[in-house]
Amino acid sequence: MSTAPARRWTRDRVERAVLGVLRWVVIAVLVVATAFPFYYMVMLSLRDIQDLILRPGALLPSEITIGTYREVLASEESGGQGFLTFIRNSALIAIAAVVLTLAIAIPGAYAVARLRFFGRRQVHFLFLAVYLFPAIVLAIPLFVLFTMMGLRGSLVGLVLVYISQTIPVTAYMLRNYFETVPAGVEEAAAIDGCGRLATVWRVTLPLSKPALMATGLYVFMIAWNEFLFALLFLVERREKWTVSLGLSQLAGSIEIPTTVLMAGSVVLTLPIVILFFAGERLLTEGLTAGAEKG
Amino acid sequence: MTPARTFPRRSRTLRGQESRAGLVLISPTLVITLVVVIVPMAWAIMLAFQDARLINIRYTGLLGNYTLGNFAYVLSEPGFWGSLATTLVYTVAGTALSIGGGLAAALALRSGFRGRTLVRASILLPYVAPVVAATFVWEVMLDPRYGIANVLGTRLLGWDDPVAFLTQAEGTFLGVDVPLALLTVIAFEAWRYFPFAFLFILARLQALPRDLDEAALVDGATPVQRFAHVTLPQLGRVIALLAVLRFVFTFNKFDDVYLLTGGAAGTEVVSVRVYNLLTARGDIGASAAQALVLAVVLVVFLTIYLRFFAKEGP
Repeated sequence: MSTAPARRWTRDRVERAVLGVLRWVVIAVLVVATAFPFYYMVMLSLRDIQDLILRPGALLPSEITIGTYREVLASEESGGQGFLTFIRNSALIAIAAVVLTLAIAIPGAYAVARLRFFGRRQVHFLFLAVYLFPAIVLAIPLFVLFTMMGLRGSLVGLVLVYISQTIPVTAYMLRNYFETVPAGVEEAAAIDGCGRLATVWRVTLPLSKPALMATGLYVFMIAWNEFLFALLFLVERREKWTVSLGLSQLAGSIEIPTTVLMAGSVVLTLPIVILFFAGERLLTEGLTAGAEKG
Repeated sequence: MTPARTFPRRSRTLRGQESRAGLVLISPTLVITLVVVIVPMAWAIMLAFQDARLINIRYTGLLGNYTLGNFAYVLSEPGFWGSLATTLVYTVAGTALSIGGGLAAALALRSGFRGRTLVRASILLPYVAPVVAATFVWEVMLDPRYGIANVLGTRLLGWDDPVAFLTQAEGTFLGVDVPLALLTVIAFEAWRYFPFAFLFILARLQALPRDLDEAALVDGATPVQRFAHVTLPQLGRVIALLAVLRFVFTFNKFDDVYLLTGGAAGTEVVSVRVYNLLTARGDIGASAAQALVLAVVLVVFLTIYLRFFAKEGP
């Protein structure tokens, strides 16, 4: 430290001064780069299209309208874009994916965490392979298969795909958490007469609530945000579109004002942002678990 | 627990019981992975060797009629090698920029200040927001007619004409010809995924033991010296992990490029090509062959990378 009497410009002082300024420059640039597009999204969604065309550089709406939201949410018959239906589809798919993924992954993760069985160590490689495999490769046979089985255009097929896509990470995160639950607590329950399933249900799961919430949120976000499989399976049937698919399909059309579609973007983004920040601590800890160890 | 002797045929030992319980509990996971991932994967490989089109798929048997025709066709198509090169440039640049951005953000936010929580939340927004919404906002911001980027550029920065960032393959920047749309897509990739690197690097930074840094401080090391010789070496492994993860994800990326440009203007990465072959031409065999080439190239790169790092690493 430069507690030395001199006020000379040592290398240390120069670096401290420069880095001290640079740090705030970086923070300012990052905030503008990340927050501005979302501010722009909300701001445009509250403007009339005429206002945007006349004053494209304006950063504040001259007057605020919520007519854009009314138009984007209203059903097609009443002159809107039918986003309310899309929201219902997205929510249905996402909730079904969360419930089913957890129902399947919990026993699997518990088995890998606690029980010794043949192939226990190899399961990781399977998960890793699924996680890293290009989705587009998988998309081809699933597209063909679902076409042949008539599952194209049904939400069930999509839910199946989302389950398979999220199970690797879900099982991995849950297993890590189950391993932190002391085995002694489970043994105590077993001695008190609980069977294996009762032990999991009454002891392990209540203790793992943070991990269950984090993984549930993760699955919900993946299912809500997903685009490729929704595009492949649902594109021909408008009444089955998810919010993501709906926005992407309508974005190309010239008849729909950009500001109305911006309202659609807000409708698509807001639930996810709220959910994420509600469970943020849980989620980021789950995501980066293990990074601390290097 | 059921006493073992009640069912002498089924469970002889506790160990055997445990093993069977484990298999029973893991089987739903395995079954769904098998049905929705492994079997389709195998089928995709078979389709790549068959003359399968969407119109004749019902008559394409599982056996027989295997051919290398799809690969010959895919590899000899004029756009293929260019597309592979585009994918590589996109992947390497996107990976490097997102990790660099994440590192800068993590260093800037390492120590606390008022409002850090808010800044952190803001930084996470691009990663959390749905890809369709994020690409749509970018499209509108970069729109040549009323997008804010062009309005500011022409009014304040003195651009002669609005720039069509997403539909123009070539542009000039400071007198140099640049692949404009490709750079825009790379910028989007870096913008959207630097928060991912930020989260990993920040978690590692905050878990670093303080004593090394303090020892260097006592020895009179300047901030840059401490970063270069103390902090950065300790981040080596997390950055290597991020490099692998981001490389794989970006290499396979479909959504971002497809939504921004549809693969036009010199941004046709391989996964977008696969999609176009599949939906526009209905050529299942060729698209499967193309996708398989993508996967093989990825595996080759990963192997080279891991070999290289296995030698360097601890």
